[in-house]
Amino acid sequence: MSETKSTCPYCGVGCGVLIQTEGDRITGVRGDPSHPANFGRLCTKGSTLHLTASPAIAQQARLLAPALRPARGETPRPIGWNEALDLAADRFARVIAEDGPDAVGFYLSGQLLTEDYYVFNKLAKGLVGTNNLDTNSRLCMSSAVAGYKKTLGADAPPACYDDVKDAGCLFIAGSNTAWAHPIFFRRIEEAKRANPAMKIVVVDPRRTDTCEIADLHLALQPGSDVMLFHGLLHVMLHEGWTDTAFIDAHTQGFEALRETVRDCAPERVAEVCGLAVDDIVQAARLFATGGSGDAAQRAPTLSLYCMGLNQSSHGTDKNAALINLHLATGQIGQPGAGPFSLTGQPNAMGGREVGGLSNLLPAHRDMANADHRAEVAAFWGVPAIPATPGLSAIEMFRAAAEGQVRALWIACTNPAQSMPDQALVRRALERCEFVVLQEAFATTATAAFADLLLPATTWGEKDGTVTNSERRISRVRPAVAAPGEARHDWAIAADFGQRLQSRLALQALAPAVPALTAYDTPEQVWNEHRATTRGRDLDITGLSYVLLDELGPQQWPMPEGQAAGTARLYQDGVFATPDGRARFSPEPWRPLAEARDADWPYSLNTGRLRDQWHGMSRTGTLGRLFGHVAEPALQMAPQDMAREGLAAGDLVEVASRRGSAVLPVQPDATLAPAQTFLAMHWGEEFLGGRDAQGREMTGVNGLTTPTFCPTSKQPELKHAAVRIRRAALPWTLLGIAWLPADRALAVRQALREAARDLRFVSCVPFGDEGAGGGEGGVLLRAAADAPPPAALVDRIEALLGLGDGQALRYADPARGHRRAVRLQRDGELAHVRAVLLAGDTRAEGWLKTLIQDRLPAQDFGRRLLSYQATPPVAVVSRGKTVCNCFGVAEQDIAGHLAACDGSEAARLAGLQQALRCGTNCGSCVPELRRMVRETPVRLHRQAA
Amino acid sequence: MRQKLVVIGNGMAGMRTVQELLAIASGLYDITVFGAEPHPHYNRILLSPVLAGERSLQDIVLSDWNWYREQGITLHAGRTVTQVDRARRIVRADDGTEAAYDRLLLATGSQPVLLPVPGAGLRGVLAHRDIADTEAMIEAARTHRHAVVIGGGVLGLEAASGLARRGMAVTVVHRNDWLMERQLDAEAATLLRETLETQQGLNFRLGAQTEALLDDGQGWVRAVRLTDGSELPADLVVMAIGIRPHIALAQQMRLHCERGIVVSDTLQTVTDGRIYAVGECAQHRGVAYGLVAPLFEQGRVAANHLAQMGIGRYEGSTVSAKLKVTGVELLSAGDFMGGEGTEQLLLRDPDSGVYRKLVLKDERLIGACLYGDAEGGGWYLDLLREGRSVAELREQLIFGEPVHG
Repeated sequence: MSETKSTCPYCGVGCGVLIQTEGDRITGVRGDPSHPANFGRLCTKGSTLHLTASPAIAQQARLLAPALRPARGETPRPIGWNEALDLAADRFARVIAEDGPDAVGFYLSGQLLTEDYYVFNKLAKGLVGTNNLDTNSRLCMSSAVAGYKKTLGADAPPACYDDVKDAGCLFIAGSNTAWAHPIFFRRIEEAKRANPAMKIVVVDPRRTDTCEIADLHLALQPGSDVMLFHGLLHVMLHEGWTDTAFIDAHTQGFEALRETVRDCAPERVAEVCGLAVDDIVQAARLFATGGSGDAAQRAPTLSLYCMGLNQSSHGTDKNAALINLHLATGQIGQPGAGPFSLTGQPNAMGGREVGGLSNLLPAHRDMANADHRAEVAAFWGVPAIPATPGLSAIEMFRAAAEGQVRALWIACTNPAQSMPDQALVRRALERCEFVVLQEAFATTATAAFADLLLPATTWGEKDGTVTNSERRISRVRPAVAAPGEARHDWAIAADFGQRLQSRLALQALAPAVPALTAYDTPEQVWNEHRATTRGRDLDITGLSYVLLDELGPQQWPMPEGQAAGTARLYQDGVFATPDGRARFSPEPWRPLAEARDADWPYSLNTGRLRDQWHGMSRTGTLGRLFGHVAEPALQMAPQDMAREGLAAGDLVEVASRRGSAVLPVQPDATLAPAQTFLAMHWGEEFLGGRDAQGREMTGVNGLTTPTFCPTSKQPELKHAAVRIRRAALPWTLLGIAWLPADRALAVRQALREAARDLRFVSCVPFGDEGAGGGEGGVLLRAAADAPPPAALVDRIEALLGLGDGQALRYADPARGHRRAVRLQRDGELAHVRAVLLAGDTRAEGWLKTLIQDRLPAQDFGRRLLSYQATPPVAVVSRGKTVCNCFGVAEQDIAGHLAACDGSEAARLAGLQQALRCGTNCGSCVPELRRMVRETPVRLHRQAA
Repeated sequence: MRQKLVVIGNGMAGMRTVQELLAIASGLYDITVFGAEPHPHYNRILLSPVLAGERSLQDIVLSDWNWYREQGITLHAGRTVTQVDRARRIVRADDGTEAAYDRLLLATGSQPVLLPVPGAGLRGVLAHRDIADTEAMIEAARTHRHAVVIGGGVLGLEAASGLARRGMAVTVVHRNDWLMERQLDAEAATLLRETLETQQGLNFRLGAQTEALLDDGQGWVRAVRLTDGSELPADLVVMAIGIRPHIALAQQMRLHCERGIVVSDTLQTVTDGRIYAVGECAQHRGVAYGLVAPLFEQGRVAANHLAQMGIGRYEGSTVSAKLKVTGVELLSAGDFMGGEGTEQLLLRDPDSGVYRKLVLKDERLIGACLYGDAEGGGWYLDLLREGRSVAELREQLIFGEPVHG
């Protein structure tokens, strides 16, 4: 066994991993104890990475050879790389020749490595001559970029992870850190343990697991953040808690801001934000004083923020309004203080560094700046960088839908899942003449729209660098060779670039210069990128691949001559503006793009689940990551459900002005009335169906709005106004089966495909990979107005392994009802292998438990076919898996807690000791804490 | 002076009627019974278990000679009635025995249908109808090896199973694509065939027609030739392709007959009110039954009427079929195939070899086909007879009667 140091491909925390391999197979993963992002820890997702790299998954889910779709709707056919890239170069060259370079677009990803990004950026802006290069970071971080640039002058998060331990107050806004950045949250927990006096404020419409550690939770109304932040400043001014000296010495524009916040008195703020006046005042005090409560003995305040601020039609204002507070109180440039944007993706930062957005140029240069364009053109040896602004993500797809962008190159992202307003996105992908998808996984929704599919390498295979939230550059190293014919993303771009360049040069459409994208190694690319940073805020001329090997991951800047990276910025109070002064943003609060009203009475919020990541092309391959949240569901406040007459599990139709989704509803007490939540992960790969008009429903982003922040162009994914009605679909179906691991994923795809014309379809895996089972579970749920053709149900049965006549079955064809159960006998014991309930799924509760928990079923006989909701033989469900590492379920924990007494801390410790839950990755600790708090202490037995 | 009742037929229908009659009006009649077989009243249904060696002939006698004496019944066993003078109301048997009647009960039963193929008259070719046939088969099984049973209905399969139990290599030739098509649907029939193949070692030629029975040169059957030209070795051939109501006498008496002797709801022949007909020879409302349950019901009504109670009407039977082959459990009743306007409920338990089909029409049970586990079949027969709505029970129906309490 050997170990390779690399980086986790999930969130922006950027944890170091050690990939264990035997020969050319990845066999294990553990946290890298020497990596400063995680010091050896991994979360539920990171610690199961190796399982996503199994041969069974590669064979079912990976794209392993280039493939060309002969015509839309047909099955792609494998072709060779030469043929594929020549074809792509021909098609791009033709479009460029006919309609100019702006008729093509590149849509990339915050999951690409810095080197990949760099080559694509040069290819588009230097070679093709278009700025139509944007990335999914537009959906993720562009408001943070704009907020930093607008106030501090550069896109540079000034703080670092270590600041958490020095902070007196943590101000967490619009971030469910506990779930979205779990390893960083472990540090927060540690800091709080070490310094119980540290105050934690959480600003979030939902009472998330992050709130478990909070001293104060401000459950504000969606979209009211700017009002809250202005209100805090109003209180600070009123109470004299601002830092006048800092404002005078290091900022400008405060007077305009003072005018703005004048009418943001706590009473008004309380009304707009739906908060208590006292809480607003208390939050202002904690922020300004760093939790000390005394402005004269100010302790540091560190704010942590994420999508709640970014994914907004006024995301730039939200970011800037929060940074205003740091500037007004001098809470920046010192240990434990500063506005710290947490990145969503593993390399959103690296992408920003090389200028991987339509308004950026390499090394934090601006497209709009003629000097910057000239510098980059000179560096690349091309006559000019086009001055025409490029199209941002939403704009690019809109242009494609309108026929202006005729060829699209999509790499390492899944716009048909992740972009808002899927109706628009799909119009774009359908209308666009030539869509190239460069992907590691063949299973994404976007793949169905691609004309040309190019297999890319992914985690465990890739070679390059990434930058995490705290500006830390880490090496990504390959542990195994690329599978099949997959190639590295940078290499595909470089190869395509050379072929395109020769074609364009022939038509005099490209400058007659040496090959622009001729690279042999990622290090060559990185060295070129490094050269562009010289003298910039992110100068890394002092760093090299060799030094990264020797010193380990480093934080930029690290200019030539500096021995190590830089932990925190602006310690001298000099900001990255021309005059060195930070700028206050005076923008007033503006309402949501789409406020609730009588017709659209609910707010739809979206966000992450604890154990899933983005479109789930990787995490969605592991059944065990569905233990915590098993199926798509709309979460709704219990009192709203009661008012609407809805029970848990009822199917509802959620509709926005753009589309609809049908799915089960579940009560969620963390939500305030009129607010609902749907996880961002549930795209059509897992949640589909057809609306009443027969149009395909595309999951969560069929509902969301494309309205974006005018400055950052980031769409308001965090809020859409929706209405909710019971979906009257009397014919329901549930299919569950255990299948061999090398077939389970493929069967899931086929099931989804088979059921796609029904009104509601949800199809997810379950299981316990890595526990030695060697099997994968699949769960299909569907519903319709009336029984579908029997052939459709036959097909589903066959896929579930119920079709060969060996199953126990019941049928009432006139009603479209049937039930089938397949048992596997093992001596005296029998276990359920597969179940289909069609037409009537009342029996699902106990049957689902029976199969998923692998309970013995030999005593049931034909009663397995019972329609009744009560089991014929007692069946006890373990509930959801709370601790993924040790497979500890809700009922195990509840059972233990019921017999415990003592303080909350003592009961938590006892629980962890007894069941081991929460003692490995720690991702479930906030939830355990909540369960401890909510379980009454055992009453002492009365004397007999 | 007591009235005279003459019964033609000492089989199950006739004697059941007499027993019912004696139970409610003993002494009303002087009773005379003619029986063609030289045996007292026995349970014909149990001939198959006798053939299978599970019972002896003694076991299946229902009423022995003493019984007739004790009841004051004059029994003429082994005598076939050849003539009835309806004007003088006199019955005459082949040996010249005569009996006068005031009321006459015809219970002549049915005859096996014999296939009109060359060689049908060869020795070694039998039916499966009476004790003589059974004894002949038992004897043949002792001395011969290969049997072919023509006809895959109830009787044919029981005969085949019995012969196999007695060590013969048995092939069943059946014209239809599946066995017992009048009692089973294709799926149940397939399960049955598989059971009989694996458990009884029977061989089947389905969808096959017999062209001729071949002579061994000495007047004994040697083989069965099918229309596809293939030959099955056979030194015993049992024809069990069906039964036909035995109506020759009735026709001779000029009673109105169609397939059977046409009777009213009181089981009186429509031609002559003094004459009754019950059992397989009778045709009621267009149906001539070939099963035991209807004749019991007919016997009860006929006895009631003969007892001059004047009440009781027979309105037809819901028939159900069973197969008396050990290891095979099946029950079929009513319109088990279902057609236009019907709905079906199905249950399959391949592990246990169980199949169930219930046919509903207008939310009432009209047919059932149970294979492998006929437990609770009585409940279905009740529901069939009662014809009450099963809408409330629908989801539970196929699992059997709900357990209350």
